[in-house]
Amino acid sequence: MNATAQNISYFSSSMNLFEHIGRFFIMMKSVFSRPEKFKVFWKMFFSEVDSIVISSIPLVAFLSVFMGGVISLQTAANMGSPLLPEYTIGYITRSSTILEFSPTIISLIIAGKVGSNIASEIGTMRVTEQIDALEIMGVNSIGYLMLPKILATTFFFPFVVIISMVLCIFGGWIAGVQSGLYSTHTYLIGIRAFWHTDAWYVYYALLKTVVFGFLITSIACYFGYYTKGGSLEVGRSSTRAVVAASVAILVANYIITQLLLV
Amino acid sequence: MITVDNISKSFGDTQILFDVSATFTEGQVNLIIGASGQGKSVLTKCIVGLHEIDEGQGAILYDGRDFSKMNRKERIEVRKEIGMLFQGSALFDSLTVEENIIFPLKMFTDMTQEEMRERANFCLDRVDIINKNSLFPAECSGGMQKRIAIARAIAMNPKYLFCDEPNSGLDPKTSIVIDNLIKEITYEYNMTTVVITHDMNSVMEIGDHIIFINEGKKWWQGDNKEIIKTDNQEVVDFVYASKFMQNLREKLINS
Repeated sequence: MNATAQNISYFSSSMNLFEHIGRFFIMMKSVFSRPEKFKVFWKMFFSEVDSIVISSIPLVAFLSVFMGGVISLQTAANMGSPLLPEYTIGYITRSSTILEFSPTIISLIIAGKVGSNIASEIGTMRVTEQIDALEIMGVNSIGYLMLPKILATTFFFPFVVIISMVLCIFGGWIAGVQSGLYSTHTYLIGIRAFWHTDAWYVYYALLKTVVFGFLITSIACYFGYYTKGGSLEVGRSSTRAVVAASVAILVANYIITQLLLV
Repeated sequence: MITVDNISKSFGDTQILFDVSATFTEGQVNLIIGASGQGKSVLTKCIVGLHEIDEGQGAILYDGRDFSKMNRKERIEVRKEIGMLFQGSALFDSLTVEENIIFPLKMFTDMTQEEMRERANFCLDRVDIINKNSLFPAECSGGMQKRIAIARAIAMNPKYLFCDEPNSGLDPKTSIVIDNLIKEITYEYNMTTVVITHDMNSVMEIGDHIIFINEGKKWWQGDNKEIIKTDNQEVVDFVYASKFMQNLREKLINS
């Protein structure tokens, strides 16, 4: 076996979960080191806010309106008991949107869109030696490539989720009113019901979003950065990144819920 | 001057390099030649620190500074003195030609935008790329990409230049242009240049100092005159593999 083949087989040898986790945390140490130049960092940060966060808004908006419509219609369709007040539809739509649909479902969708994009972008840089070129220049390639992406998503993703919450509730209103299932007045009563005790849900949801945003980008960066081989491996890294980020989101969702809500 | 002193490199249980020692002198084009998979690229990646050498095995000295024992911060300082031309050029896809040249200047100098632009134009002029500043790498030919990569490598006035197969994928005429460029730049800036190549034309044209790597060991060293007369069978088999090259060698020896 020649040196190149030995090299590839060594790096592509199967790693267990704990090795991945260990390497992920070692990588994180380099991510949060001081940027070489803050001017360059800020420029990249705002560019990432635009390309990761702002560019996701149209998709999130479209999905949220329809998601809200479906939640309210399904709730209305399953409310057969006359003992339940009609405003319960609005109340359930609001609660399920804030608690789960907007933060978690939107995060899973973003994991697919942004996660695969980041993993393939960094993976391509790896296989075309652009990351080696950065290292040779003396640039901390991990920090340079990942920190702006991770911070942009972690801090700005919650704003996308707030937009999603609003549009989801809006979608529920449109769907119910145009179907004649309930009036605007009844829906609004439901939306405002028990708000004084449930306002906390928004903080809980936004906290989840911060964690999910971090997980989506950091996991995608990790799989992209450690891509070995050629274009086939870039595709594999991208798929692995989406799968791992989705699993991490669901596990983190459970842990945060257990810690904060129960 | 770069001194490689008895370095070894293993990946897992597989040893790739075995006690390799070599000296690369400044103001010379130093070539590393050898068949594919014999450890040339691994040796170069060890020298520039992209691979760590086996612990406790040898040293890599940049003008006496032991690179292998340096921490990350110290290495970054040395790396600012290194320029590297990669096999696939490794230009940043998302940046224009000019932005690629400006990139290291932006990261490590306090130059103004105007000064950086001037420097970029100077480097691009040096490699004969004119009025292509706003193109993206994907819009440039292979030869142009190599020349742009050389321009980027020299932007920071490096003391050490590494070129990984600079002629791969290029036609013979463009290969000669790239070879001549590397040679001229080396002499002009008195750089320590290390070139990995398979190209026999490069060996004969620009090989001031040649190292032949075989099975992870330094098998032979000399210059482009000595390689014609060498009786080292492995070198002869590698360099003069074709009938044409064997005939050429005979003629050269006889003349």
